[in-house]
Amino acid sequence: MALQPIKQVRGTGVYVPGDDIDTDQIIPARFMRCVTFDGLGQYAFYDRRLDQSGASLGHPLDDPRFAGAGIFVAGRNFGCGSSREHAPQAMYRFGIRAVVGESFAEIFFDNGIAMGMPCVSVGHDDARQIGQAIEAAAKVEIVVDIEEQIVRIGDRSIGCTMPENGRQSLLAGTWDALEVLLAGADQARALAERLPC
Amino acid sequence: MGRNLFQKVWDRHLVRMLPNGKAQLFIGVHLIHEVTSPQAFAMLRERGLEVAYPDRTFATVDHIIPTDTRQRPWQDRRAEEMVVALENNCRECGITFFDVASGSQGIVHIIGPELGISRPGITLACGDSHTSTHGALGAVAFGIGTSQARDILATQTLALDPLKVRRIAVHGRLQPGVYAKDVILQILQTLGVNGGLGYAYEYAGDTVENMSIEQRLTICNMSIEGGARAGYVNPDQTAFDYLKGRPYVPTGDDWDKAVQRWRDVASDPDATYEDEVSFEAAAIPPIVTWGINPGQSVGVDEKIPDPDALPEDKQDSARRALKHMRLAPGTPIKGTKIDVAFVGSCTNGRISDLREVARHIKGRKVARGVKALVVPGSQRVRTQAMDEGLHEVFIDAGFEWREPGCSMCLGMNPDKLVGDQVCASSSNRNFIGRQGSPKGRTLLMSPAMVAAAALHGEVVDVREVFDYDSTG
Repeated sequence: MALQPIKQVRGTGVYVPGDDIDTDQIIPARFMRCVTFDGLGQYAFYDRRLDQSGASLGHPLDDPRFAGAGIFVAGRNFGCGSSREHAPQAMYRFGIRAVVGESFAEIFFDNGIAMGMPCVSVGHDDARQIGQAIEAAAKVEIVVDIEEQIVRIGDRSIGCTMPENGRQSLLAGTWDALEVLLAGADQARALAERLPC
Repeated sequence: MGRNLFQKVWDRHLVRMLPNGKAQLFIGVHLIHEVTSPQAFAMLRERGLEVAYPDRTFATVDHIIPTDTRQRPWQDRRAEEMVVALENNCRECGITFFDVASGSQGIVHIIGPELGISRPGITLACGDSHTSTHGALGAVAFGIGTSQARDILATQTLALDPLKVRRIAVHGRLQPGVYAKDVILQILQTLGVNGGLGYAYEYAGDTVENMSIEQRLTICNMSIEGGARAGYVNPDQTAFDYLKGRPYVPTGDDWDKAVQRWRDVASDPDATYEDEVSFEAAAIPPIVTWGINPGQSVGVDEKIPDPDALPEDKQDSARRALKHMRLAPGTPIKGTKIDVAFVGSCTNGRISDLREVARHIKGRKVARGVKALVVPGSQRVRTQAMDEGLHEVFIDAGFEWREPGCSMCLGMNPDKLVGDQVCASSSNRNFIGRQGSPKGRTLLMSPAMVAAAALHGEVVDVREVFDYDSTG
């Protein structure tokens, strides 16, 4: 099953400032009592968006100006904490297709790649400026260019980085590693036979 | 040139390099549980694939299992659905499931070592970030997501980039009342919650060498809280003595050969590391977290910091933390009132943790108004504790004695904080909402510190309230 290469992701943006946003914030544990990922989108950032009576807390994800945003802009160490893939899945099913942030927790980043949701890193000030640009002009188009390693917003181009091998797998359409791994099955079996118990 | 353990284990398990530059790494053991496996099996079925190595796959139920009753079906319909999915998947695929009937059920990172499934020199993965725990036995063990779990089910391999290795050496003797939990909390405080990004941590030095396996498990458990996906201790005689006779380890001649192999997998004396950091054990106090990530901590004698006085990159998180925790900068952490005390979790739910708590609370009572739980990490731990009469000590003191499971660590089962309760906890995470209530507040500390807080209704210094002279 060939996958689509991911070279660019386009969309409008939503800025969620703050460092060390962890996976419990992204998807509270009680919403992980499920056997599929279906329907998880509505629970993304649930406890930061709604108070216990269900009233809106005015989170950017619920701001009508940013409705339909596909590019999520974050701070430092985004996605830290649990390995739960439910976290990037909830964001993806909410409508997010790429994350631009200062830095990412490793497991979150890997989960994002496996799902085809790239996470790219920009400098501390750049992240803030991109966020401010979105707040100034909510519907400005953002292009996350994986190939050129640039984030374009309005007439600005900002350099971004991501671990090279993750980047290569997006560009080659091997971001979902299963096919590639299956191709190595015989070699894996040979190694397994050589391994001691 | 010498290699460190990570490099040796990596090289041994490398199937091939992939076109995108990643390695295809064979995974020696895959542990699964009910939360991150259902979707992985479903994805497998969608593609018409089978589990490639069922004999290298082991399952348990831990995150959602109630700890107050074992009666089925569980009241939580969704949780019941998840465990039924796991039962069905294991049965259909021929995977060993350590369910309640097996007598070996428990938290995945507690049962792996106690069954001898986790061992030196293997790669081990599980859909849970605290998989780093198993590194205490000299494994390269790390957490993965659900799609990666699917990859392992289908191929027993992953596409990965290697980690750099930071050697963290701890020297000298711990003060009485200071535990392995305090050592890792100190390391996290100093190196930060993302200092380990891209790294595996090798824990070394005479302090670590003198630790028991259970102490090493506590340290390795929280590697991920520092951003390090894996953490390990070089296998030594302590590890071999721990493993001998456990259900899944070799016996006879195979045992002797295994021990020799395990000795060889330890880091070479001339191994190189990306960098090295040292800590003096004697300088480490009992530590308590005040914030919303495990790096936001102080010694029990210290005051909660002023965010303005912190490095720039820590200020934002510190302000959010103090707002949530409703703690004031400049106030001592000692004396912080607690509502709940939780002894348990994959960090500190083992027999040595329970013994240490029992030893100090014997004859004393939980403070009025405090809800206190002791949750053994596995059925084996529970049975051992009861054989030793520890449960009677807990119950007499006013602690609830529970069945094994993740319990109050993470709010996916009925054990949750209510409202803005403050919990003294022996677990590993204090994120907002972690313990099941969006307004709940978590203070991480050692099990002895949890016990002391339970008795006094507030954070206290174990060195002042418990006797450490008689056993030293």
